[in-house]
Amino acid sequence: MIDTENLTKKFGNLTAVESLTLHVNDGEVFGFLGPNGAGKTTTVRMLCCLISKTSGTAKIGNYDVGNSADQQKIRRMIGLLTENVGLYEELSAYDNLDFYGRFYRLDVQKRKEQIEYLLKMLGLWEKRNEAAGTFSKGMKQKLAIARALIHDPQVLFLDEPTASLDPEAAKTVRDFILKLKKEKRTILLTTHLLDEAEKICDRVAILKTRLVATGTPQELRRSPSGRKIKVQLQRVDNVIMEAIKKIGFQVSEITDKSLVIDVNDPEKENPAILKAIEAAGGHVQFITEIGSTLEDVYLKLVRG
Amino acid sequence: MKKMDLQSAWAVAAKDFKIFKRKSTVIYVTVVFPLVVGIAFPLIVQYGLNKGSSHGINALTLPRYMDAFSIWFFIGAAVIPAAIASYSVVGEKIQKSLEPLLATPMTDGEILLGKTISGLVIPLAAIYAGSVIYMSLMDLVTQSTLGYLYCPNWHIGAILLVAPFICLLSVELNIIISSRVNDVRTAQQMGMLSALPFFGIYIASELGFFAFNDTNLLILAGVILVIAVVVFFVSRVTFQREEILTKWK
Repeated sequence: MIDTENLTKKFGNLTAVESLTLHVNDGEVFGFLGPNGAGKTTTVRMLCCLISKTSGTAKIGNYDVGNSADQQKIRRMIGLLTENVGLYEELSAYDNLDFYGRFYRLDVQKRKEQIEYLLKMLGLWEKRNEAAGTFSKGMKQKLAIARALIHDPQVLFLDEPTASLDPEAAKTVRDFILKLKKEKRTILLTTHLLDEAEKICDRVAILKTRLVATGTPQELRRSPSGRKIKVQLQRVDNVIMEAIKKIGFQVSEITDKSLVIDVNDPEKENPAILKAIEAAGGHVQFITEIGSTLEDVYLKLVRG
Repeated sequence: MKKMDLQSAWAVAAKDFKIFKRKSTVIYVTVVFPLVVGIAFPLIVQYGLNKGSSHGINALTLPRYMDAFSIWFFIGAAVIPAAIASYSVVGEKIQKSLEPLLATPMTDGEILLGKTISGLVIPLAAIYAGSVIYMSLMDLVTQSTLGYLYCPNWHIGAILLVAPFICLLSVELNIIISSRVNDVRTAQQMGMLSALPFFGIYIASELGFFAFNDTNLLILAGVILVIAVVVFFVSRVTFQREEILTKWK
């Protein structure tokens, strides 16, 4: 449903997105992870035909984002939740949605039905006549999601949907996204929250101007770049630590009797680590490989 | 090029009208000036007439005063849209509502047209309402002095004919100004500067360098219309979604 090939965006000398190639399947929830300035929002803006690409290709369905004739069609089939909710604070929740419904050629009756459905679904129906400016952050976010869905789009772009929400509001929004997932909509979700990506997304991509990794959360956790070993010792001291660092390994966790070491290929690297520890006077009791979290993989990739 | 959808443009304008209704200050700023001109100037004339012919206004000088006062509607047409047009664009910037709006199927031209309509209609309605009040009160005041109804006449008619073009020019200039500033007040203050040339024309007429006769007003209307069209295309170039999202700070 969403395809990009070598998609690149430059602002003057600054490259915001470089040679991004990815494929998002129909009905898939695809997570877009990356640090601030990684190019997530720029990519979303290119895919929503808000800004032009510098080079490469991008398609939504069969429509080319670079083709001006297709851009109107793309905008009709997508819904966008922007990073900033951007509601009209003076207008009521109902009027905010009604305003947007007009641009998608929805007749009055269809607009009414859709607004009622969305506001009821998001628990805002009772507040429909209240000005959006009086809403809490969570309610505003829900209203902005409703706005993105007013024309029942096939493809949804959600830019940081739970950012700065309290846990309860974030859960409501997450649950709603899961409901949308069941409806088989194609969703591209950008987030900083790795736990959220793991819970919601079928696949994730890690972006740092370039695409660093892509796969299901399980695949990424299993990837060589995300492996860790735990070494149980009689005791841990600085000499042992230095010895491990000296042979080029990073210790990510230390207790008085154990070390967690980042490795790429434990089968090949464990003997060298063991040898270094023994040489430094350490007594290894056992070594186990421990499962990485998506956060471990993410941090390793974006720092790498 | 896609045909402009007037319904979408009107939806933008109608939404702005709803917001203005809830932003009473925007409305006050818009209606105060025409009301003051429409009510205060006839009262001044009445006061001048009451003072008697030797010290105040007399039948000979009365038409000149009325013509001079009516030129304030010309000034108002330049000043008033600054309040509304700058709010309607900068307000969207402040509320960060432009990005979701730009993600809809609307074209940049439709959004700009909607903003132009919302910036134009209320000031123009206020000016015409103020002028009707002005003419009615002036006729009440002057009928006894001159023996006939002085208003409406070609002079004020020509001013009210020029007013939409001045309003249009002012709205377009304010859209350009709004794209470069971040707060409503700065936009409005800078927007007021766009009225300076019209103050210049007014002062020139008072000093005798420019005659506010019907012919000159019609020539002025033509010149302003040409400038307004040029400025519309300049604002059209300024109002590009990529420019708005990446450079409007």
